[in-house]
Amino acid sequence: MIAALIAGLARALTGASVRWVESPSPGRQRVYFANHTSHADFVAIWAALPPALRRRTRPVAAADYWERNALRRYLAKRVFRAVLIDRGGNRPTAEVDSPESAERRGQSAIEQMVAVLREGESLIIFPEGTRGDGVETAPFKSGLYHLAVAAAEADLIPVRLENLNRVLPKGELIPVPVVARLTFGAPIGLAAGETRDALLERARESVVTLRHTQRPPAS
Amino acid sequence: MSALSDPVYQQLLGGVLGALVLGTVVGQLLKRRARSDSARATVDNMNQRIGAWWVMCAVFGLALLTGGLGSIALFALLSLLALRELITLIESSRADHRALVIAFFIVTPAQYVLVATQWYGLFAILIPVYVFLLIPAVLAIIGDTNDFLRRTAMIQWALMICVYAVSHAPALLLLDIPGYSGREALLLFFLALVVQLSDVLQYVWGKLLGRHPIAPRVSPNKTWEGFVGGAVCATLVGTALYWSTPFSPLEAAAMSLTIVVVGFLGGLVMAAIKRDRGVKDYGALIPGHGGVLDRIDSLTFAAPVFFHLTRYFFA
Repeated sequence: MIAALIAGLARALTGASVRWVESPSPGRQRVYFANHTSHADFVAIWAALPPALRRRTRPVAAADYWERNALRRYLAKRVFRAVLIDRGGNRPTAEVDSPESAERRGQSAIEQMVAVLREGESLIIFPEGTRGDGVETAPFKSGLYHLAVAAAEADLIPVRLENLNRVLPKGELIPVPVVARLTFGAPIGLAAGETRDALLERARESVVTLRHTQRPPAS
Repeated sequence: MSALSDPVYQQLLGGVLGALVLGTVVGQLLKRRARSDSARATVDNMNQRIGAWWVMCAVFGLALLTGGLGSIALFALLSLLALRELITLIESSRADHRALVIAFFIVTPAQYVLVATQWYGLFAILIPVYVFLLIPAVLAIIGDTNDFLRRTAMIQWALMICVYAVSHAPALLLLDIPGYSGREALLLFFLALVVQLSDVLQYVWGKLLGRHPIAPRVSPNKTWEGFVGGAVCATLVGTALYWSTPFSPLEAAAMSLTIVVVGFLGGLVMAAIKRDRGVKDYGALIPGHGGVLDRIDSLTFAAPVFFHLTRYFFA
């Protein structure tokens, strides 16, 4: 019930206008991947999903942010049912982050996500890995590719977020009700023999080129 | 709800209901007659608009019947929605964020609290004086000097139009007009009816006879034929309603004409902003109409002028 309340609140606050290129078919498992500009991003996508899909969808989020206090922990774990992954942001700066340990973390994060997909649930991920400036979309990290390989049955759905960096910019606490726009694209899949870099670039392109088109002009 | 037993309210309510029923019937008849694709699209859009009018009239009617607080709450909500649409459109920058938090969550509620508490002195100067100075001060403290004056002016302007100007509509309720006490809500009804009817009638006359655009580069749909036809008809209706206002028939005519002309200018200005930003509508909240700001664009200009004329000459 709290989840429905927060979803409703998030929709009201962002006034999100949502467009699906292909209408969401229930029953299919999906990995929604989006450009990342704000902490409000996954809440916006999660809130925009039809309730039946939302209940089967778990956002992937950074443990260092969402485990920082009790309220965030509660929201992340109980309300959003987020898959919290360790991206190495919470260790003391003195401790040097070796390439090996980064790779180990990446491995275990992928394993966590694949386990969720195996349970039949869908995921929301942000393959840029970190929040951008809202203008450029950074190159995608390889996690999306590993998910596509490990869970071929899931559709990969590109999602384009616009204006969320204005709803809640980096470093701000209070969101403002600027109208956000979400566009869910047509699924892309791993083509036969496609390399990692080719898929990642194609996936990035599919997010970048999704624009929220105006509805046809009325008279 | 006691207002429902007042014959004046009953007649006005009946009139609005009659107009809605008439519009709905005409819309359905036109739907059967439409042959070409473009005619069908026009009629469908018109029927969508009429459907939305039922909802808008119901919401506005309920707000009026609950008396002052309902109307104030409704216009506060309209201000927030309009402000959101305008701020979204003008592409505020990230450095504006805290100024926007203040605009949405402090200034807007404060302006309507001042209406509700009938503190006219501060109501009249909060935004044009204090907030006018506060916004650039906040932006200066944040420290991003890129486009400083443009960013400041856009936030100030958005607040003036969406909050300050709009708040003058429910502020009519706090006017103290001799011999008219307890009926102030009817003034708000008068303003809203004339301004919206003028929009509708200009649209209808423009569709029927429109040939010569007034400002083709801003809005090709606003024509002299539509404007004159709509202005005359809306002024006639406003004049005919003089008995529900503190005005004589002649005064009601002058007030109606003022509302219509100023409202038209408001519509034109708000259209110029849309044209500049390359959008057709401010939003998509109201089916067939666009956003809240598309619906209340004329009101934003007409409300403060009507308020001050009424206050100066009648209160």
